[in-house]
Amino acid sequence: MKWGHGRHRGGFIEHTIDALYGAMERFLYAENTARGGGFLQRIDPRVKVGGLLSLILAVALITRVWAIAAILVVAIALAMASLISLGELAARVWLPTLPFTAVVAIPAIFLTPGHVIWRLPVLDLPVTAQGIHSAARLILRVETAVTLVLLLVLSTPWTHVLKALRIFRVPVVFVVILGMTCRYILLLLETAHELFESRKSRTVGAMTAGERRRIAVANAGVLLGRTFQLSNDVYLAMQSRGFRGEVYLLDDFEMRRWDWAALLSFAGVALLSIWLGR
Amino acid sequence: MLFELREVTYSYERQTALNQLNLSIAQGSRVALLGANGSGKSTLLRMLDSLCFPQAGSVHFQGAELTEERFADDAFAFAFRRQVGLVFQNPDVQLFNPTVFDEVAFSPLQLRWPKAEIRERVDEILNRMRIRHLKDRVPHRLSGGEKKRVALASVLVLDPAVLLLDEPTAGLDPRSQSQLIDLLVDWAGGVKSVITATHDLADLADIADRCFILDSGRLAATGPPEEILRDRELLERTNLVHAHRHRHASGKVHSHPHMHSSEDL
Repeated sequence: MKWGHGRHRGGFIEHTIDALYGAMERFLYAENTARGGGFLQRIDPRVKVGGLLSLILAVALITRVWAIAAILVVAIALAMASLISLGELAARVWLPTLPFTAVVAIPAIFLTPGHVIWRLPVLDLPVTAQGIHSAARLILRVETAVTLVLLLVLSTPWTHVLKALRIFRVPVVFVVILGMTCRYILLLLETAHELFESRKSRTVGAMTAGERRRIAVANAGVLLGRTFQLSNDVYLAMQSRGFRGEVYLLDDFEMRRWDWAALLSFAGVALLSIWLGR
Repeated sequence: MLFELREVTYSYERQTALNQLNLSIAQGSRVALLGANGSGKSTLLRMLDSLCFPQAGSVHFQGAELTEERFADDAFAFAFRRQVGLVFQNPDVQLFNPTVFDEVAFSPLQLRWPKAEIRERVDEILNRMRIRHLKDRVPHRLSGGEKKRVALASVLVLDPAVLLLDEPTAGLDPRSQSQLIDLLVDWAGGVKSVITATHDLADLADIADRCFILDSGRLAATGPPEEILRDRELLERTNLVHAHRHRHASGKVHSHPHMHSSEDL
């Protein structure tokens, strides 16, 4: 299947097709970036998985906002050194994560007891310094952790991530599920794309809100059935070719001096931030 | 005997796919499984590849019964997968690796071949299938014909003794169909077993020396291709051909049996 890039404004179906194109493009962007020649791409996947997970752990443990912000700065520097677009990070992590975290964080501004610095007009709710601090810490913590996860995904081919996870003794069943999820997402997108294009070819004129809802529900049902069938077939095809749950790669992981240095740096940053930031 | 099925029954939730099926396939034979859609061909192929197991009856491969318990043993599973390869009808389900090279290397890696041998073998098969230029491409972005070749290469890389093919020429243009048939005939070389599920009668004589016709999960007939193709009543009854009516310039209406190639279906 060839994916076009015909952006056009229009109705519900056109918007859905555009959104599906966007998702496919992001998928391909991740594949291409992972095979690029940046800083993180050159590091052994085991070091990346271990190092970035240790930073995420540090983010979860530390309480000082400046220390979490410092790790976010490190993550941004890593992204730039790995030729990962900051615009992409903003579009895929920082902006989409913000509203979800804000929903949880904003009540803390009013509910956390402490020094009142302002009162919300009309509702007369107190805004405390401690509340703002708690909300900022939560938002920053989530943004930083998700940025670190995305750095791993955008700088490492998916099969290498899976093999590294097995080296860290992550159970086979979990790794198999992750591996197949990657393929299924693409199948799901392709199937949805075909469904909506075929619907577009048979649709003339504007649709009412009710018609749009009916189409969305009908397509969701068909999509579920088709992807279930396809995902089952993909698993059978993997079994047929000898897959037993373990991930084997032609590329051998090899620790070079560069990788040891990166490992020590990751561990150093994580330990230092935990020590200073608690 | 290569495969022997005894009273095999297999049902999906609402439909019986195989119904007390008995058949034997000899070593080194080229077999065509014929039948209309829903006749049980694909289920039978999956059962021969031990991707599903009979709910009643038994399947034997070279004398050994194929059971789920037996496949729990890595040594048995690897030996079987080394010998038997299945090419799915839809190549999309078979292509799940990041590049064509990785795709073709997938099976030998699972069977834990030495890495140097895998690289050499993959190079060899890519050249033979004339897809070397695709080796760094993402498989799911290839054209239909290219996907089919990659899917076939990913199975032939193991040089299996038994090749199971589900509608191998479906969706291919006539030139690609002919190239694929030539390649399969060359590959088999008279010593391999090739079992092809198809409803394409046009290439039957090239791909098979024995045919099994399935109808509603049962064996409706068996015989050499020329004998099967001569039996119009059987072909019509099993929906492999249909009566085609057309009007001549004289105005006279003429009717004769008509067969579809997979290209038309």
